[in-house]
Amino acid sequence: MEFETIIGLEVHVELKTNSKVFCGCSTEFGAPPNTNVCPICLGHPGTLPTLNKSAIEFAMKAAMALNCEIADTMTFDRKNYFYPDNPKAYQITQDDNPIGRNGWIEIEVDGEKKKIGINRIHLEEDAGKLIHAPDGSHSLVDLNRAGTPLIEIVSEPDLRSPDEAYAYLEKLKAIIQYTGVSDVKMEEGSLRCDANVSLRPVGQTAFGTKTELKNLNSFAHVRSGIAYEELRQAEILREGGTIAQETRRWDEAKKRTILMRVKEEADDYRYFPEPDIVEIEIDEAWKNRVREQIPELPDARRNRYINEIGLPEYDAMVLTQSKALSDYYEEVIRHGADAKLASNWMMGDVSAYLNAEQKEITDVAMTPEALAKMIQLIEKGTISSKIAKKIFSELIEKGGDPEAIVKEKGLMQISDEGELRKLVIEIIENNQQSVEDYKNGKDRALGFLVGQAMKATKGKANPQMINKLLREEIANR
Amino acid sequence: MTLFHHRLQEIQDMLHKKELSVQDVVEHSMKRIKETDGKLEAFVALNEEKALETAKRLDEQNESAEKGALFGLPIGLKDNILTKDMPTTCSSKMLENFQPLYNATVVEKLDEADAVVVGKLNMDEFAMGSTTEHSAFQKTKNPWNLNCVPGGSSGGSAAAVAAGQVYFSLGTDTGGSIRQPAAFCGVVGLKPTYGLVSRFGVAAFASSLDTVGTITKSVEDNAYLLQAIVGEDKLDATSVQMDIPNYINSLSGDVKGLKIGVPKEFLSEGVDEAVKASVKEALKTFEKMGAVCEEVSLPHSSYAAASYSIISAAEASASMARFDGIRYGYRTENADNLQDVYVNSRSEAFGDEVKRRIIFGTFALSSGNYEAYFKKAQQARTLIKQDFDSAFENYDVLIGPTAPSTAYRFGEASEDPAKLYIGDLLTTPVNLAGNPAISIPCGFSNGLPIGLQIIGKPFDEQTIFRAAHAFEQATAFHKEKPEL
Repeated sequence: MEFETIIGLEVHVELKTNSKVFCGCSTEFGAPPNTNVCPICLGHPGTLPTLNKSAIEFAMKAAMALNCEIADTMTFDRKNYFYPDNPKAYQITQDDNPIGRNGWIEIEVDGEKKKIGINRIHLEEDAGKLIHAPDGSHSLVDLNRAGTPLIEIVSEPDLRSPDEAYAYLEKLKAIIQYTGVSDVKMEEGSLRCDANVSLRPVGQTAFGTKTELKNLNSFAHVRSGIAYEELRQAEILREGGTIAQETRRWDEAKKRTILMRVKEEADDYRYFPEPDIVEIEIDEAWKNRVREQIPELPDARRNRYINEIGLPEYDAMVLTQSKALSDYYEEVIRHGADAKLASNWMMGDVSAYLNAEQKEITDVAMTPEALAKMIQLIEKGTISSKIAKKIFSELIEKGGDPEAIVKEKGLMQISDEGELRKLVIEIIENNQQSVEDYKNGKDRALGFLVGQAMKATKGKANPQMINKLLREEIANR
Repeated sequence: MTLFHHRLQEIQDMLHKKELSVQDVVEHSMKRIKETDGKLEAFVALNEEKALETAKRLDEQNESAEKGALFGLPIGLKDNILTKDMPTTCSSKMLENFQPLYNATVVEKLDEADAVVVGKLNMDEFAMGSTTEHSAFQKTKNPWNLNCVPGGSSGGSAAAVAAGQVYFSLGTDTGGSIRQPAAFCGVVGLKPTYGLVSRFGVAAFASSLDTVGTITKSVEDNAYLLQAIVGEDKLDATSVQMDIPNYINSLSGDVKGLKIGVPKEFLSEGVDEAVKASVKEALKTFEKMGAVCEEVSLPHSSYAAASYSIISAAEASASMARFDGIRYGYRTENADNLQDVYVNSRSEAFGDEVKRRIIFGTFALSSGNYEAYFKKAQQARTLIKQDFDSAFENYDVLIGPTAPSTAYRFGEASEDPAKLYIGDLLTTPVNLAGNPAISIPCGFSNGLPIGLQIIGKPFDEQTIFRAAHAFEQATAFHKEKPEL
């Protein structure tokens, strides 16, 4: 039997407002435990929540960027459950009136475009963190994070493969990052994802029983977890078994999902309207003010790169995935670098460096202007690509002006024909065997001879000219 | 006549002329508490040292022209109002040793007004109850008859004022918890409009109903005390931004042409004859002063007690949830795991009444019950509010009894939940609607005071004060004092 995989994702995104959503405490990440707290976010008796207006605007911005309809009022509800990271024993969230509804984003997998629906986006407060002792003897509570504004983005069950889920997350992350409302860093917990996965026989419309996947600490884990779950569920179904409604945890070390708990029935959170927060109207004027603050989003930017700058689709897609990278790229071409050459550098050496060093583009010493100048030096033939790589290593680590580095270190490309011809003749004379090989049809021998020339000039020789001169001199013999 | 029988202005004049020091006033309060509280058990905590220190500081400041409106007057606070220099227990084992980190907004305001907080007053645990018998610590007695309850849940606050232990006090009213004990103890108790007084720093029972209000010996004192604690608070989103009227100026003594509606439902079966008679007599007094009384109907008030029970318990089930033994308050010693910490801490530290309401409220919010209970109760609440709104299109105030009887004997009511239910009938509709209401003394039966309830339009405390003050001027009930 063939199965179709049905995936829905629930993504939590922390909003980077300066203060918490219901009190004035800082939202700074990484502070010593229980230092960004006050009686309000500690859930002390008598405390009341007061709503942070910028949290509303951040949530609105995200919802708008994800093509949602925006609610006309803000109302909140209490979600009741006991857990030590939940100081009031209820979470203030939005139940029946979320700030955003009926949104969508477009993803692309294997060249095929697809719209994925977003059911709802709601604003709520984050919980604290528990630190469990390895021996299980105790757990410590850190409430710094409690009360940080959070949006939950619930997709429609429109995703059909682990790759689609991956593409959805990449796109979602890019869009949110562009709006500037969150750092969307999974490693810092500012983006978290749970996945609901079920299978159904191809052709069937009713959904099968789903399992909920947790502990997905990277987009890759989301993809692996869903892929594993697809296989696990298919195997059970093929053997005539039934899927239990349960919560499973992705174990990256064992590369499989592990049962956390069986959900016999839905949790009863006894939602009811939060009486401590008065209803807030969101009028059209407010919506428009917020809408105006949303910058160009990745899709629009990608289309501009293709249609106006003339980049290949692939380049446009890769470059626009990260707003910071894309902003940097735009500065490079604004400073006069060729668009395609600049794109090659950004996708190649720059990205490789950032990945290897685990750095953000905003952390590197090299300015966009410097990279633009370096690319122009290559274009003008002042330096060779090989030399450029050396200069690049220095620029990205230490910064500086590429022209000055070239001058200072004497890295200018040698393009003087007389000088190069002398060198070529000398190489031919010293490498007769290679010359013979080349004449006998071994093209690779020419590469060796070019290499000798580059070696002799420490990479400064113009490789195109060396190539040309070698062919001429060999032909003359 | 003791010191606290003087009007506020008279005491302040004496202080100003230095015929009296703030220390004298505070010492008077302390002395009275020490003499009477062995019998009365109104206080759960005294702050003698700090109060005398404050008194001394105020005496030193007496020279300056800038004096707070409540300069030098000793006040007691219901023990669900948070104080950073005194524990706040809510009369619960759960918070027996709980020391708040901050002052409630009303405490800050009292401080700005130069009042002196002398101690914390007993109450039904977490304000759930109407006899103060549900305190985890002690049974406060009614100063008029020590065999009777003072009412509740602000029983300590009403008893302390009636017994002259403090000049005045603050209480909270979620379903009648200021007005009913004020009626039982023969004092003046105001439940302000929801949103007029900040709730920040007052331990929540039911957030959509809770109000902080004033208990005094006279209407005039009440106006002064209210004036000092009202106003928008950025820390309470439900507090309302408005121009605050001058309540003292509303005490004109003139009620000519005042239109009084008398809800027939408030004088129906279940209300004692003696109470009915006193209320009718009071209405005659108003008519003699030129007011016009007419019968009016609040047709949905029969749903009030049920609606109130459900909504207040539902909200309470969430308000009480933070008391989980994790961060502060009582923690069980009987726990092997997290579940035990929760279940045993809460089972050991909450009293029966609190547990009853948590269970009831949890039930009413549970999936499958929500529509039938909580939702229906909310709908009834809307209808009750509409009843009041339409009555107030034709009347300036509504008047009826505060409570269906005089104070119960100990055990009498707690053994008969139906009796308490009738009691809720008169006061809870006002909380559901959010309107202000006052209880003032209007008679006695077998030596126990009877309370008259005057209900006003939202944020129209002035008219309530005007009517209550005129009645007080025309009668002598408020001058009667219990012998202790």
